[in-house]
Amino acid sequence: MKCASKLLVLAFVVPLAFVAAGAGTDKPAPRPSDEATYTVTIKDFGFGPRQLVIPVGSTVTWTNEDEEPHKVAEIHNAFTSQPLDTDDGFTYEFKTPGEYKYFCTIHPHMTGTIIVESKSGP
Amino acid sequence: MSRRIIHDHNHDGIDRRGFLECMAWAGTGALCVLSGGVLKSYALSDVGPASKALANADFSFVQISDSHIGFNKSANPDVSATLQAAIDKINALPTPPSFILHTGDITQLSKPEEFDTAAQLLKGLKTDQIFYVPGEHDVLDGTGKLYRERHAMSTAGDGWYSVDLNGAHFIGLVNVLNLKAGGLGYLGPEQLEWLEKDLRNVSSSTPIVVFAHIPLWSVYPEWGWGTDDSAQALSYMKRFGSVTVLNGHIHQTMRKVEGNITFHTALSTAFPQPAPGTPGASPGPVTVPADQLRSLLGITDVNFVVGQHALAVTDSTLAEKNAVEMENRQ
Repeated sequence: MKCASKLLVLAFVVPLAFVAAGAGTDKPAPRPSDEATYTVTIKDFGFGPRQLVIPVGSTVTWTNEDEEPHKVAEIHNAFTSQPLDTDDGFTYEFKTPGEYKYFCTIHPHMTGTIIVESKSGP
Repeated sequence: MSRRIIHDHNHDGIDRRGFLECMAWAGTGALCVLSGGVLKSYALSDVGPASKALANADFSFVQISDSHIGFNKSANPDVSATLQAAIDKINALPTPPSFILHTGDITQLSKPEEFDTAAQLLKGLKTDQIFYVPGEHDVLDGTGKLYRERHAMSTAGDGWYSVDLNGAHFIGLVNVLNLKAGGLGYLGPEQLEWLEKDLRNVSSSTPIVVFAHIPLWSVYPEWGWGTDDSAQALSYMKRFGSVTVLNGHIHQTMRKVEGNITFHTALSTAFPQPAPGTPGASPGPVTVPADQLRSLLGITDVNFVVGQHALAVTDSTLAEKNAVEMENRQ
């Protein structure tokens, strides 16, 4: 987290890496049939992964590993968490395909995206 | 200690070295006296000349900030004790402050019991009034309702207000609500409109003191240390001879002088945070050895000379004796 330009670069590189690699190099990228639970870790004032591609019907759990509270909210209020103190979590089930941009309403420079793919692919 | 202006490129009485030296002393006990746009810096061990100037002050007030009542992690397991230490320090000042400003993050999680504990502790301050602005930790309900019920009942909008005190115009701004994704602190059009109107009836010779939680200047946007629309707010203040902006949020002292405006951020009473851009760091609590903690926490004492546009800002840590006590010891 040294400068904005690096963050921008990460925003573009990380999603590609996740789509291509999935959970590991041997595993294929998540397919729409692979409904599952995914985790986003909140640490050092950032979301990891910053962008996540999931099949529709999956749930995502955000877990706060910072000593600072965070609060996750989709920019159009599709979902809003309660304030998350250290080790608190928030889970949301994504029933509708689409791109969900979210941020921390307490520290709005923290942003992330969940891309929900439909059954028939993106 | 002598004056330190060597290269005064902007003819504002402050050169880079003098500014940086003032910055370096901040947190270890620096005294900066601003008079007619000229910044004078003194170490706390050399407060003789400064204290003479301060003796003529019409009134003084103290800023405290970032008490984070409810926080209990390793960076400070007992934030009530350090807030109490700050209160004791204020009560021991040789000249009792006319009032106190608390620049937000009173609580850690906006819980009613946290507000109650803070209020109970702050009742121990020997002062007539405490003026508050909320930090983002005080409005975790998303609306600031809990905060406003306690500290901003009769204010406009989301809790902003102005008050005339001892010939100066004090403005408390709220820049922690309705924050935008990817953005920084935010004042919003309604508050800006109110501010412009509020200042319309104030004469240009009136000293202005603006206080808000998140810095109203761009300290380090990568960490959210700035306010999206602060430039608009500050543009309304160009005609005034003396504008002082007091902020918290970053848990360390910083100063900047820009034209007629002096910016200052206060120490926290709870825990330190890293210097902006520290490699590998993020803008959260920093755990230091227990015996060093109080040297990184503190209060800000502001002395005011009405009519001379002079304003002296003194940061002192909870580990230090008060400036005048130190002077008497020598």
